[in-house]
Amino acid sequence: MSEHATTMEAAGLKPGFADPVFEAQTTFRTLLNALAYAGRPGMLSTRLDPPHPLGPASAAVALTLFDFETPVWLDAAAAAGGVPDYLRFHTGAPLVAEEGRARFALIADAMQMPPLDRFAIGEDRYPDRSATLIVQVPSLAAGPAVTWRGPGIDGARAVSIAGLPEGFWTQWADNHALYPLGVDIIFTAGQALIGLPRGIEAEG
Amino acid sequence: MSAARPAWDEAYNFAYLDEQTKRMIRRALLKALAVPGYQVPFGGREMPLAYGWGTGGMQVTASVIGPSDTLKVIDQGADDTTNAVSIRRFFQRVTGVNTTEATEQADIIQTRHRIPEVPLREGQILVYQVPQPEPLRKLEPRETETRKMHGFGEYGLMHVRLYEDIARFGHIATTYSYPVMVNGRYLMSPTPIPKFDNPKMRNNPAIQLFGAGREKRIYAIPPYTRVESLDFEDHPFEVQRWPHACALCGSRESYLDEVVLDDSGGRMFVCSDTHYCATRRAAGHSGAMAEGSVARALAPSAGKQEDSHERA
Repeated sequence: MSEHATTMEAAGLKPGFADPVFEAQTTFRTLLNALAYAGRPGMLSTRLDPPHPLGPASAAVALTLFDFETPVWLDAAAAAGGVPDYLRFHTGAPLVAEEGRARFALIADAMQMPPLDRFAIGEDRYPDRSATLIVQVPSLAAGPAVTWRGPGIDGARAVSIAGLPEGFWTQWADNHALYPLGVDIIFTAGQALIGLPRGIEAEG
Repeated sequence: MSAARPAWDEAYNFAYLDEQTKRMIRRALLKALAVPGYQVPFGGREMPLAYGWGTGGMQVTASVIGPSDTLKVIDQGADDTTNAVSIRRFFQRVTGVNTTEATEQADIIQTRHRIPEVPLREGQILVYQVPQPEPLRKLEPRETETRKMHGFGEYGLMHVRLYEDIARFGHIATTYSYPVMVNGRYLMSPTPIPKFDNPKMRNNPAIQLFGAGREKRIYAIPPYTRVESLDFEDHPFEVQRWPHACALCGSRESYLDEVVLDDSGGRMFVCSDTHYCATRRAAGHSGAMAEGSVARALAPSAGKQEDSHERA
């Protein structure tokens, strides 16, 4: 295994999961809980060292969910450097240039993220055909408090995600208004992540 | 990562399914949680079991389960009936995980047609086996049409069906698979659970996942989600009540199965949830037939094998 990793590093590639079956499983369970209990932070136990600017949680989510069936869109920050090769090699996912064609979007620079309405929102008969955005932020706890309500939350929960662009929550209100259509978001910071499914109403 | 990995039959990948299949099912599960009650199509695989025996639930469980989970499997509430035993053995073999009959100790509970009597807690996952995911199928056979009806939230037909019950019988006569509205948007089949269990779906702290193998659909109810059984203002939804208590544990709160004892009309009513019933008896509760020899001969495990031929 370490020999394998060294060969890849020599080729300029960072290693993926050391134990793909079990690391993908624990990552998925953290994700399942994050989208079920919206707004509650989940901590990953995986130890990835992905290429800059990809964070370890974003990378773990990518290695757990991406494959040849999922077109992926990368923002300008993620598309620079070693990230595209890393994802192509470890997941085989096709990288696409248009936001609207992507099943997943990986956003490394949240401040510059495109408006949510550029991404696929699904169809009336197939609302599952919508994009999931993986948005990397500096902190999941140090931002302005926003009150979340909806499925998965017993009453209300205050969530303080830092580093989101001006007007993000207005865009989110528009996205939520499309329910049952709309995009879903996974916020990541370091080893932690928080799920924001489309059914959640957020109030600033 | 590989700290406490259990032993499993390594002729198979962990949890039987290949990793690409798990990824596809996992993506479907996340979308299902994002749109509660909506049926997500997925590429259902063949399992080493006939359709109708829980292949959908098994694929969901296989995609979710990890080495440190404890699994409970029930069939009509019982841990010891054919379907439950064979699925439990399957997962023991392909994952090596611990299994339990105790609802409180389980991380994942795969179920056919019941919700356990003991309230579930946060973090637990209830996986339902689903014979027919489409609540409107008996009213509209075409998938293209039912897709549109869900898309437009057009559920008048189901209200008409319930109204016809009232017109004919004076009350809503549906007793199982009683349709529910999830998060105020999607009409959903709760699977053939008795309507007695419907109220447990609402605001449940656990995660509820549904897998239909033959029909290749996955759906979900996140925790703390509105789940309403359809009804009318003048005919509100009601659950079944029995004039009897459980003959073994004396419970008046649980869902009861009727067991025929002889050819001359003898019968008993016992809890369908065997773990709940056994726990109550161990705590000293007892019913009318608890000490009798008849009761011993017809403990729930012996009395319920017969219904397996009518599974959907």
